This record gives sequence, structure tokens and C-alpha cells, in this order.
Amino acid sequence: MRVLGEELELRFGPQHPAIQGVLVLRLRVDGDRIVECRPVIGHLHRGLEKLFETRPFGESLPLTGHLDLAAPVTSNLAYVGAVERLLGVEAPPRARFLRTLFAELQRIASHLLWLGTHAADAGAVPPFFAALRERDRVLDLWASYLAGWPGESGLRPGGLSHDLPEGWSERCREFLDGFPAALATCEGALTESRLWKKRTVGLGVLAAEAAVDLGVTGPALRASGVAWDLRRARPCEAWGEVDFDVPVGRNGDTYDRYLVRIEEMRQAARIAVQCLDRLPDGPVLADLPPAPEAPRDSEVYHAVEGPRGEIGFYLVGDGTATPWRCHPRAPSLANLQALPEICRGELVSDLVALIGTLDVALGEVDR
Amino acid sequence: MSGAPGEVPLSIALREELGDAIETARTLQGELTLRVKCEAVARVCATLRERHGFTRLVDLCGVDFPGRDPRFEIVYHLCDPAAGRRVRVKVTAGEETPVPSVTGVWRAADWPEREVWDLFGVRFEGHPELARLLLWDDFEGHPLRKDFPVEGTSSLSPSPGEGGGEGTGEGAGG
Amino acid sequence: METAPPTTPEPPLLTTTWDRIFDWARRLGVRPVRLGLGCCAFEMLPGLDPRHDLARFGPETFRATPGKSDLLVVAGPVSRKMAPLVRRIWDEMPDPKWSIALGSCAGGGPWRTYAVTRGLESVIPVDIHVPGCPPGAEALLAALRELEKKIRPEGAAS
Repeated sequence: MRVLGEELELRFGPQHPAIQGVLVLRLRVDGDRIVECRPVIGHLHRGLEKLFETRPFGESLPLTGHLDLAAPVTSNLAYVGAVERLLGVEAPPRARFLRTLFAELQRIASHLLWLGTHAADAGAVPPFFAALRERDRVLDLWASYLAGWPGESGLRPGGLSHDLPEGWSERCREFLDGFPAALATCEGALTESRLWKKRTVGLGVLAAEAAVDLGVTGPALRASGVAWDLRRARPCEAWGEVDFDVPVGRNGDTYDRYLVRIEEMRQAARIAVQCLDRLPDGPVLADLPPAPEAPRDSEVYHAVEGPRGEIGFYLVGDGTATPWRCHPRAPSLANLQALPEICRGELVSDLVALIGTLDVALGEVDR
Repeated sequence: MSGAPGEVPLSIALREELGDAIETARTLQGELTLRVKCEAVARVCATLRERHGFTRLVDLCGVDFPGRDPRFEIVYHLCDPAAGRRVRVKVTAGEETPVPSVTGVWRAADWPEREVWDLFGVRFEGHPELARLLLWDDFEGHPLRKDFPVEGTSSLSPSPGEGGGEGTGEGAGG
Repeated sequence: METAPPTTPEPPLLTTTWDRIFDWARRLGVRPVRLGLGCCAFEMLPGLDPRHDLARFGPETFRATPGKSDLLVVAGPVSRKMAPLVRRIWDEMPDPKWSIALGSCAGGGPWRTYAVTRGLESVIPVDIHVPGCPPGAEALLAALRELEKKIRPEGAAS
């Protein structure tokens, strides 16, 4: 930390487990109130977009799992969906339902990690262990589907690499049946807690208009009262065929962002159960040549609603098996741009909670 | 003024409002792409936002086509949440041509424009503070240009922390 | 009359050197500072949970302050922008100190681009590389056991 008159330069992370890399913040303070906050990013920049241009579409799939390191499956899903549209291919119905199921399990795992670390940041440590324990159960489910987290989720352009192993559905149902009670344990210490509310109600308010203007998406946008969710607005995979509610907040503060994510986990479990109930029979992978080529002069943008918001890919095809351009639209980039907005006027000691409430994945910010 | 056969109502309306600022309109894979005159992009975006409901800038990025002149494309993805519409706006820019910044239309454009400057070397006129976003100040070159090698160039000086652990010789480390 | 020798046993005396005491203490209680730069950071998290419980092997607390730590665990790719910060954290740590490069990325890894260093070793001296993508909490435990051996002086009894 350097002090230059009224200016502080704070290096946040990389010790913080959820921040993935380091976020440098340049703050101007007045006493202990934040006047201005300027993030400095790029410490986890690896040159992913350059690498995408050097390999065929299928080989870039593992790289997309290294964007949002807490939610690789939804990044994979947005990518394979974009590739499928560019190539004019459709995944079979069974694959679409399974991919929806996996995406919702990803949402649960990601939000649990967020819950544990955000609560611990704000001083509530027991939810950290409860949340991680539940998250481990989701990871175990994936590990029993296939190994290789996070580089390998089983998603492929055209569907999935293979079908569910025997007994997997039952194990998944067992997890989903027990999840509401487990979630109640995680959130029980917080939702009605006077201390938790004192720390989070009214903190870091993001007005709806500012959220839209800054390009914020996901729970942070919905907590500000904007009912926008890609699963409703542009349903793909099987989201158009299942029932669920989209929680929307009112005040746009840290407490509302917390409530929205808790409810999203409940709804995610609800969607997951329906995916299992309605799972059609059939193949899980469409026929594709080994190194499919995109048409010349082709382009597409495809996005899904990930745990942090709209995760999308802009692909440009040039008649070969390698994309001319592959650009991820990372929800955390726009969401992090809102940090200066929500920090203004708040206490420096609340900074950790403010960063946590935006649930930023630096891997996809820096790429 | 009527548009080309099959042209969607939005592009027809825009041609009427903005004249030759709209160069072409193409619909592919259900996506409308408007090619717009570079110097008019801020005006086009403001019209799209204020008169047609495109309140969200979803994404802004660059693409390099070294065989073309001008070589760069700046690509804007916009969304009208009320009607559920999306549109892609594109301009072309050369190495010396600044592009009008759209930060006055959506604050969301701030970091993405900086990133295009950082990785492609395209300037945005009117941007409040056009500085590198992901790389460091001393970095030379713009890596997403097609003529920039993936592994970097030998002339790239290492960042101050590089150079290895030789000569440190402390404790039981190494 | 002869006096019988005392029948109560002498209390055992342990003779040692200061170095051995410090090494023993260090072995049993490394104080790591963790740089979770990438996905591997998430694999360090389960190490803290009741299933793996890293803490029973010594690293009870992961401190944020390099000045109070003696082990630097870097998990993830070291970008060229990040390198000076890693260097500074290492320099702030007092001697003796050790380092672990956790995961393929920290060890040099797949990111052969303009943006990434050739691994942690190009920035600071590295004691142990733990390969894997990601390695898993068990691999970190194994690395800590390896580190114990490094800290133990030559020929000392366990």
C-alpha cells in the first residue's frame, strides 16, 4: 500500500481465494470514505484471444474453460453454442437437456463458492465451510461423469462427448433432493441475521439505470430491479422448455445481490430436476467432421446466462477450421466497471465486501 | 426511401434518419449487421439508443484484416431489452484513423475501447482516458494485430520482475 | 551404613542445538502465503475443508502478510504484468524461505504467449514444482511433506 497524500494504492489479492489473480485499486479517500476508485487489471492476462486464432475450433474448447475459472462449464457452453451456430449444426435434444442441467449445476457451484468467500470476507466464517462442502458434492458429480476439471466438462460442438454413466442420474437426484436443506444451512446464519443485514443493507447501491448504462448483467443487474435474464429473453438449449422463476431485487444493494443469488440457487436446483425428469432419449452428439470449417465471411454472436451474467462469444469464420477471430464477451469485465460506481462514498473497510458482492472472475476480465 | 428486398424495418428506418451514414445492412444467421461510416458511429449509436431503445452496449471489440485497407474493424453489439432485439454495428478504421468514442452514449464502452487501443492500436477520439487496459505502459506493440507473433518479439523487454532467481542465494530456497 | 542410590528415574534430558529446534518448529508449522493466481487456487480451497484438512500438517494459517511468512505457494500462471508483484512479495519475506510452484501453469505451463513468463522459476527460485492441471489437494499435501524433508537438516533424526 502506498500513500500519496490522499491517494491510496491497494493491491487486493491474490491471497483472496475467489479473486483469481490480483486486482490493483487506486483509491482517493477522504478520511476513511472512498471518493474515487480506479481498478487496474491485466495481471492474469495470458493472451487467450491470440491463442484462439492458432488452433481449430475444437482445440480451443479447453481454453474457454480458463476464462471464468469458477464457472468453466457455462463458458464452454456459450462457446460450443457459438461454434454450432457458425457451422450450422444443432445438438440433439438429449444433449441440450443435459447441457442445461450441467449449466445449472455450474450456477449452483459458482454461487456456493461466492457465498462462502463473500460471507467469510464480511466476517461470517461458518457458511464458508458449509458452502464449500456442498460445492464439493457438485464437483464430485462432475468427477464421476468425467475427470479433468476445469479443462474438460464433456461439452463439445454438436453436443456432449458421452452420455451419463450408470447411476449418475440417481446420484444427481440425491444431491438435488438434499440441496434445499443444505442451502438453508448455508444461508441460515445470514439471511435473517441482524449483523449480516447491518453489513450489507444499503451498501454499494447500484441504480438500475447506471447498471444498464455500464453494461452490467447477471445477478448484479437483477438485484437493481432490472428483470433481464437470457434464459428468458433468448432461451437456448432447454431453457425454453422448463419452468423457473427469475428473482429480481429492489434496492440494488449488497443484501439484495445476496438474496438474488440465494434464490437463483434454489431455482437452479428446480431447473435441474426438470431436466432429469424430462430428459429425452437419443444420441448426445451430432455428426460433425473432425475439423469442421466455418464458411468464408461468416460471423456469429452467441451468449448464455452464466452465474455472473451474459457470457458470449463473437466468432468470425474465414473458410478454414480455425477462427479468424474469437472474442469472449466476459460478464465480469462490465460488472467490474461498476465497482467505482458502487464504492463512491462507502467506507474503505467495506471494500472487500463491495468487491465480493460483484462476484468478479478476473480470469475472464483479463483473458 | 425503401431498402433492399428483405431489409428489416430497423435498417430502413435508420437509413431514413441517418442517410448515407449507414453504408450496408446484412442479415445472416438471424443477426442484423450494419456497416456504418467511421466518423458517424457516435451519432448512429446515439440514435439507436435514444430513438430505437438500444440501451445496452453488450460488447465492443476489434478485428484485424491486414489484407484490407483500412485494416481494422471495430464491432459493436447492441441490445434493445424491451423488444428483445439485437444489432451489430461495424466501422472500419486504419492505423492512423481515430474512431469517435461512444463512451458518451454508453459508459460501458470505457474499458472495451481502451482494450482495442491496447491490443490493436486503434485510437478513440473523445475517450476520457485512453490508456492500455491489460498490458503495461512500457509494452511495445499491439498483440492482436495479425503481424504480431503469438510468443511476442525478441525486442520485448521483460517486465521488471523477470530475470529469474539467480544471484539471490537466500535460505534454503532454490 | 551405605546410602542406597536413588530409585526414582532421572528426568530425561534432551540435548540439542538452536538450529534443530528452529528447524523442527519450521517443519511443523510453515506459514504459507498463498498466491492464488488461477484455477489451482480453487484446489487449495478444498485443502482447508474437513475432508483434507491441510492444517493438521502444519500450515494452520494462510497469512496475507509476506513479512510474517516463510513459504510462498504460487498457484497459477505468472503473467509478465504480475511478475514484479511476485518478486516484491518474495523479497518482503524474511529468510529462511521456501517456494512451491503449484500446477502446470506455475511450472512454465501451456501459455506460450507474449503475456506470460516461462514459469515461476523465471522470477524467483523454486523449491518444489507440483505438476497437474489442477494438481488436487492431495498433491499439495505431498508437496508439503517433500518440503518438510528440505527443511530438515542432514542426518537429523525425525
